[in-house]
Amino acid sequence: MRVIIIGAGKTVYYLARRFVAKGYRITIITRDAAKAQQFSRKLSATIVQGNGSDPQFLEEAGARRASIVVALQSTDQDNLISCQLAKEMFGVPRTVALIHDPENAEVFKKLGVTVAISVAQMLGQVIEEQVGYEEIINLAAIEQGRVNITEVVLMPGAPAIGCALRELKLPQNALIGAVIRQDDVTVPSGETRLFESDRLLLITQPHNHGATLRAIIGEGH
Amino acid sequence: MSQHYIVITGCGRLGSMLANRLSRDGESVVIIDRDESTFDNLTSEFSGFTIHGDATELEVLRQAKTERADYFLAVTSNDNVNLMIAQVAKLIFGVPLVLARVFDPAREDIYAQLGINVVCPARLSADIFLQTLKAAED
Repeated sequence: MRVIIIGAGKTVYYLARRFVAKGYRITIITRDAAKAQQFSRKLSATIVQGNGSDPQFLEEAGARRASIVVALQSTDQDNLISCQLAKEMFGVPRTVALIHDPENAEVFKKLGVTVAISVAQMLGQVIEEQVGYEEIINLAAIEQGRVNITEVVLMPGAPAIGCALRELKLPQNALIGAVIRQDDVTVPSGETRLFESDRLLLITQPHNHGATLRAIIGEGH
Repeated sequence: MSQHYIVITGCGRLGSMLANRLSRDGESVVIIDRDESTFDNLTSEFSGFTIHGDATELEVLRQAKTERADYFLAVTSNDNVNLMIAQVAKLIFGVPLVLARVFDPAREDIYAQLGINVVCPARLSADIFLQTLKAAED
C-alpha cells in the first residue's frame, strides 16, 4: 500500500515509522527543509520537500498511485486543500485530514474528505469516558419547558436494572423513548429489559419528572 | 438597484477596495479579518460592519450571517483559506454567488470544476498584458 503523509510534526514521524514497519510504501511531503533531511536520515521513506497543497509536489510524491493521503499540517485549510487536490486531481481513493476546529469534521466530510480527525474532539471524548458519563443530562426542553427530554444512565444500584419496562412504576405521561446499549439504539416495548450502563432517553413533563427519575435511577432526585 | 448583502473575507488591499466601493454604491457589506489593524484600510465611504475573527471558523461566518448573503468574496492573502471558506460559503451556507481569489494558477481549474468561481490575478494580469501588446502590434 502506498501512503502519502503531509506535514512536519512528530506525529508525521511516528506514523511514518509505524507504517514503514508494516511494509507500506511511505512518501512524506514536508515544507520544512530541516525536517525533510531529518526524516530522510531516520526513515526508509521517500521524502519530498515542498508544499503539500501544491499539485506539483503531490504528483512528485506519486499521488496517482497512492491508496491514501494523510494531511497532518498545522492549519485546517491546508489539510482540506491537500486532501481535495489528492482526490480530485489524482484520484486518491481515501483521504484523512487532521482538523483543529472540531466543527470542521462535518464540513470536511461534505467537502469530500474521507475521514476528518479532531484532536480536541478525541481528547475530550477520552477524558469524558474516564470521568464517566454524567448520570443525568438534560437534552432539550420543548414547548417552553412543558416537555423535557433527558438522558439518564443506569448506574449500579438503580432500581430499574433488571426490570422490563412494564414492571416500572412510571407516572402518567412519562415515557422511555429509547434505550441506548453500547452502540445499539432501540425504541423499547413493555417487554424490553433494562441493564446496568444502559442510557435511556426520557420524555417527561415538569410535574412528573422527579417521580420518573426516582422510579428509574432511585432516590435523591 | 435593490441592495445586496455581501460578505467579504480579508481586508487587505483588494478586500478593502471592494468593501469601500460596494459600500459607496449602496450595498450592505460585512468584512471579516483576523487582523484588526487592516480595518484602517476602510475609508469614509465604507458604512458597513467589520468582524474581527478567523473566517475559517464556522462560528465567525455565522456571526457574519453568511446564510443570508447574496454574494461572498473570499479575498484573504492565503489561497487555501480562500478555497476553503469559498466552499463553506457555497455548500454549507448556500450563498448563491461565491468568488475566491487564488494566486496559484495551477489550482484554478480544479476548483472551477468544483463549482467555485476563481479569480487568479496572475492570469488576469497576463491576459491584459498580452492584449495590450497585441493591440500595440495591430
